[in-house]
Amino acid sequence: MIEVKGLVKTYGAKRAVDGVSFSVKRGDILGFLGPNGAGKSTTMKMITGFLRPTAGSATVDGIDVTADPVAVKRKLGYLPESAPAYPEMTVEEFLGFIAEVRGFTSKEAKAAQVDRAIGLTHLSPVRRQTIETLSKGFKQRVGVAQAILHDPPALILDEPTDGLDPNQKNEIRALIKSMAVEKTIVLSTHILEEVEAICTRVIIISQGKVVVDETPAAFRARQPGARLDEIFRSLTRGDI
Amino acid sequence: MKQIGPLFKREFFGYFRAPVAYVFLVAFLVISVSLAFSRYGGFFRAGVAGLESYFVFFPWLFMFLVPAVGMRLWSEEKRSGTVELLFTLPVTTLEAVLGKFLAGWAFLTLAILLSFPMAATIAYLGSPDWGVVFTTYLGAILMGGAYLGVCSLTSAMTKNQVISFVLSLGACALILFTGFSSFTALLEANFPLFVADAVANFSFITHFDAFTKGIIDPKDVVFFLSLMGFTLFLNVVVLER
Repeated sequence: MIEVKGLVKTYGAKRAVDGVSFSVKRGDILGFLGPNGAGKSTTMKMITGFLRPTAGSATVDGIDVTADPVAVKRKLGYLPESAPAYPEMTVEEFLGFIAEVRGFTSKEAKAAQVDRAIGLTHLSPVRRQTIETLSKGFKQRVGVAQAILHDPPALILDEPTDGLDPNQKNEIRALIKSMAVEKTIVLSTHILEEVEAICTRVIIISQGKVVVDETPAAFRARQPGARLDEIFRSLTRGDI
Repeated sequence: MKQIGPLFKREFFGYFRAPVAYVFLVAFLVISVSLAFSRYGGFFRAGVAGLESYFVFFPWLFMFLVPAVGMRLWSEEKRSGTVELLFTLPVTTLEAVLGKFLAGWAFLTLAILLSFPMAATIAYLGSPDWGVVFTTYLGAILMGGAYLGVCSLTSAMTKNQVISFVLSLGACALILFTGFSSFTALLEANFPLFVADAVANFSFITHFDAFTKGIIDPKDVVFFLSLMGFTLFLNVVVLER
């Protein structure tokens, strides 16, 4: 479903992403791990067509993102880091706007998609509130709602549980897990336990390179008895 | 191209979701009308049932006010990170640029049309030439679009709204002053006439003047439209860079 080959992004002399390759198929939840600045977000931005890769390619459902970015964007739901949204709009207005741009132009189709997304992310108590008045947890859920609004075959979520309390984290994880059956999901996170809880595969990026690509079980088996963060630290030491 | 619709709608009503729209509309109308009634405008002293003394200030007024409308177009999106959201939706850069620009232009047009009490005043005081009134409004709307094109472009260059405003103001002032009478006089004194003419040809004033006299000259219309086209093209280039 999502195929990434030798993706490179350079900023001046710095190589933010240095030859990242992997592929994800339907039903997979891929956990993207790595220290801050390792290139997780940059890789995601290139897959979604927001940044143009310096070299390499990313395809979604066989469509190259540099060749036909709009077609790829139609297939993807994307939650950018820190869930940006138009602060002066209400939740309903904002999701309505996303629905219209996503092609649900008739009144009924638009309302149906918005209601569905609001229901899945439990946003109904705040649907008429402007986004700037929402707490971090609600804002994050608006971002998730926006990403799943058109029921896309593939989801890219940049730190979906960032800033949520433990209950909200569990809720979002449950939502992601429930959608995984018929979707391809790539998510980035700092929380190692999250990977164990919901991901079927884990990729660790360090200094722009993939250093680990395996199942969470195999990852844990690297150092039996050690805590996950100890294994993580030993693999990404170069970033410090 | 059908994606322009929702983008236009969001941007246009976005002006009214914040107090920006109301502050702008009130400021624009108060300043423009008081200038017309001031001793520099001489609305009554002219003794003519026309709007020339009202619209003569528009090129100057637009220099300050259009950057205020245009500065947020892209800077705001870049600062708040929503630009990432916008460009991961299935829209092309051109659609996004056009949607936003047209919304800003529609807002400016609304501001210009809200000066209708001035037209009603001259209709009450005398019998104005409606043809001239119409061409003047048309000229003002076209000129507003050309200013906004420049401001949209400068707004796309930075995520800081203050820098965006200053850049827009500078760029608009530059295009405006090339046609200012004392500047053209200076050019005429020091350079051959065709140089002065060529430079003055790039000014908003030169091209707006004919409209206020009731003339729709195709070359003026083409000037404003091509300035819009050119700045919006550069806008797309800047955003895709």
